[in-house]
Amino acid sequence: MSQLLSWNRLPQCSPDKIYTLTEHAIPGLAHAPHPLLAYGNGRSYGDVCLNDRGTLLHTCALDRFISFDRTSGVLRCESGVTLQSILQLVVPHGWFLASTPGTQYATIGGALANDVHGKNHHAHGSFGNHVRAFELIRSTGEVLLCRPDQNAEMFRATIAGLGLTGLLSWVEIQLMPVNNPWMWVEAQRFSNLEHFWQLNKEAEQHWPYTVAWIDCLASGNSQGRGILFTGKHAANQTHLPSYKARSKRVPFDPPISLVNRLSLRSFNALYYRQPLKPQGSLCHYAPYFYPLDAIQDWNRIYGHKGFYQYQCVLPPEVASEATAQLLDAIAQSGQGSFLAVLKTFGTQESVGLLSFARPGTTLALDFPNLGNKTLQLFHRLDAIVSEAGGALYPAKDARMPASLFQSGFPNWERFSDFIDPAFSSHFWRRVTL
Amino acid sequence: MNSLNRVVIFGVTSAIAEQTARQLVQNGASIYCIGRNPDKLNRILADLKVRAGSDQTIAGVSADLTDTHQHLALIEQANEALGGLDAALIAHGTLPDQKACEADVTLTLQEIETNALSVVSLLSLLANQFEAQGKGVIAAISSVAGDRGRQSNYVYGAAKGMVSLFMQGLRNRLASKGVSVVTIKPGFVDSPMTASFDKSGPLWAKPEMVAKGIVNAMQKGKGEVYLPWFWYIVMQIIKHIPEAIFKRLSL
Ligand SMILES: Cc1cc2nc3c(=O)[nH]c(=O)nc-3n(C[C@H](O)[C@H](O)[C@H](O)COP(=O)(O)OP(=O)(O)OC[C@H]3O[C@@H](n4cnc5c(N)ncnc54)[C@H](O)[C@@H]3O)c2cc1C
Ligand SMILES: NC(=O)c1ccc[n+]([C@@H]2O[C@H](COP(=O)([O-])OP(=O)(O)OC[C@H]3O[C@@H](n4cnc5c(N)ncnc54)[C@H](OP(=O)(O)O)[C@@H]3O)[C@@H](O)[C@H]2O)c1
Repeated sequence: MSQLLSWNRLPQCSPDKIYTLTEHAIPGLAHAPHPLLAYGNGRSYGDVCLNDRGTLLHTCALDRFISFDRTSGVLRCESGVTLQSILQLVVPHGWFLASTPGTQYATIGGALANDVHGKNHHAHGSFGNHVRAFELIRSTGEVLLCRPDQNAEMFRATIAGLGLTGLLSWVEIQLMPVNNPWMWVEAQRFSNLEHFWQLNKEAEQHWPYTVAWIDCLASGNSQGRGILFTGKHAANQTHLPSYKARSKRVPFDPPISLVNRLSLRSFNALYYRQPLKPQGSLCHYAPYFYPLDAIQDWNRIYGHKGFYQYQCVLPPEVASEATAQLLDAIAQSGQGSFLAVLKTFGTQESVGLLSFARPGTTLALDFPNLGNKTLQLFHRLDAIVSEAGGALYPAKDARMPASLFQSGFPNWERFSDFIDPAFSSHFWRRVTL
Repeated sequence: MNSLNRVVIFGVTSAIAEQTARQLVQNGASIYCIGRNPDKLNRILADLKVRAGSDQTIAGVSADLTDTHQHLALIEQANEALGGLDAALIAHGTLPDQKACEADVTLTLQEIETNALSVVSLLSLLANQFEAQGKGVIAAISSVAGDRGRQSNYVYGAAKGMVSLFMQGLRNRLASKGVSVVTIKPGFVDSPMTASFDKSGPLWAKPEMVAKGIVNAMQKGKGEVYLPWFWYIVMQIIKHIPEAIFKRLSL
């Protein structure tokens, strides 16, 4: 049996058994010891998709489409279908995912269970806002059809339910119309955080997609300098460039992480100074939404020790102050990230009881695993997030203390009532100690 | 190049066959699907319909293929649904529990019925139709296991060996009639059939890779294909070990 890990390869723990699902059913106890947990494609950065006991129910073979209405853009498919397969099917017919994370290798079941968000959150909300229905299979033998107005409570518990409410067999979503596979994108540099807030506010009025990369090692006057990327689906033009997907692969695990202080500093300095096209340009949707997917197995650059992602959301009132504090702490520690991403969430209410996306600002960073040193930095960051009344994203977490989870997700106890008695995860056992 | 516009697949619920069906549909083919488990069959039909264009026919029926009396009717239904046939793929099979077979002759014969006799029946009927029409492709999934008998699975191996040999003769008979007879010999494939195996080694192939090889072999009208190709070399070596030595190996 091959091993199933999460994307950041932390924590490393194996279930007693991996069971590849072929039916819309939960296998019997003899084949699949409890506790159970569904595993999509392991694109989470942590243990929401891991189970150090019992069975992981792998959904990779539940990869069939069920129906696609080309006129209304309603798609129903099995839970293990990847976002990539969906796009390959629907884009030629003029449809697109209304909300997508930064990887198309996530499955639709995984996207629902984490209620993932994309660069258009301020305009369209998160993934769960576009879910019309799904089927949930419970270990008790119940099969529940859930919609916003049918089994409504279970609907809200399962979206962002971290796979704990049972097994999703299929999901139905509403797609969004587009003219073609292309995006119109613009990029602007900002010289510090203050500048960011100002540019971003304006950009959000005009652009459905906005996201900023920041140089998390810059300090002083240029603290928070970076680039704001804005985009929208291209107009219905007739002259479109040609596009050929290219993919590279990281062929082996380097003995030590290739991400270190030196490589980070040079990367960030160069990245900030990259030539931009302020007048805008067309970009195919794949490199626009999924730039990291072009390098297969890129997580290997961090070596066998793996890495952490730290993603928090900060309430609007304190966002600017707390962001500055977080960047201060990171710059001081000298540990930093290639991928420091800043984005503001909109006010559309998330569906899930445990949804992460909420009004405010989200900051996401990758850190190589330097052991204690990294954990100590997180300790300081936790204190800032907690003080600000913020929360960490379970999909990107391998270590948050139970107290921070519980304060960030005040519905967690209410949610517990909906957990399937046979389901659990490494994450859930950790944060509900 | 053989045209693969109208294809009937026996045992479409096999992981390898389903992936093959998807690739054929992507190439514009109409498919008639025969599978045993009706629920799984219906899920596959729905999926292929979503993937297909409006000018492609996707249809099928559920049947237990050990019931050889039904075979002619199934082939007729496929012809009717697709308006004739360009190709057929026979994919169904089971992996017997060798130890259980050793203890139970009835089980052994049942396994041979599923993996060999039912295939021979389909091959014979298809051969007559394709010979009469003077073109087409008949493909079946045999196995590297049919190349040499081994103590760990000779019931399966003997059944697959029969399929390979039968097809070799059929190929010889139909070569001058414009009909390609394609024997597919996969090595280890990560499918439900091998769910309980340890798959960490480098020899394991994914069903979609094997499916690609099948479509290619059917298009080109190849004779015998090992999938992935390196199994050709592995099996050449295994086939050439002298029996006096081979009988002592624990394989
Ligand atoms: C490069 C990259 C960029 C990313 N960008 C973003 C981003 O911009 N925004 C964002 O929100 N996230 C982002 N993510 C995180 C990723 O989108 C989520 O972790 C997503 O949930 C992963 O999907 P998966 O199919 O791999 O699920 P897994 O990681 O395998 O599982 C995630 C959860 O879903 C549950 N689950 C999976 N299938 C089922 C099922 N059939 N039934 C019930 N529960 C199920 C699991 O139990 C688990 O709790 C990114 C990840 C990567 C690698
Ligand atoms: N996997 C390997 O390593 C491997 C290697 C070499 C060759 N092969 C051969 O490849 C072929 C496909 O196997 P696979 O790997 O794709 O495995 P699979 O997914 O288990 O497929 C086998 C299929 O055969 C069907 N079947 C069995 N008996 C049947 C019957 N009497 N009537 C109708 N259908 C029947 C099964 O249907 P149900 O779903 O109804 O049970 C199942 O869908 C088989 O012939 C196998 O011997 C496999």
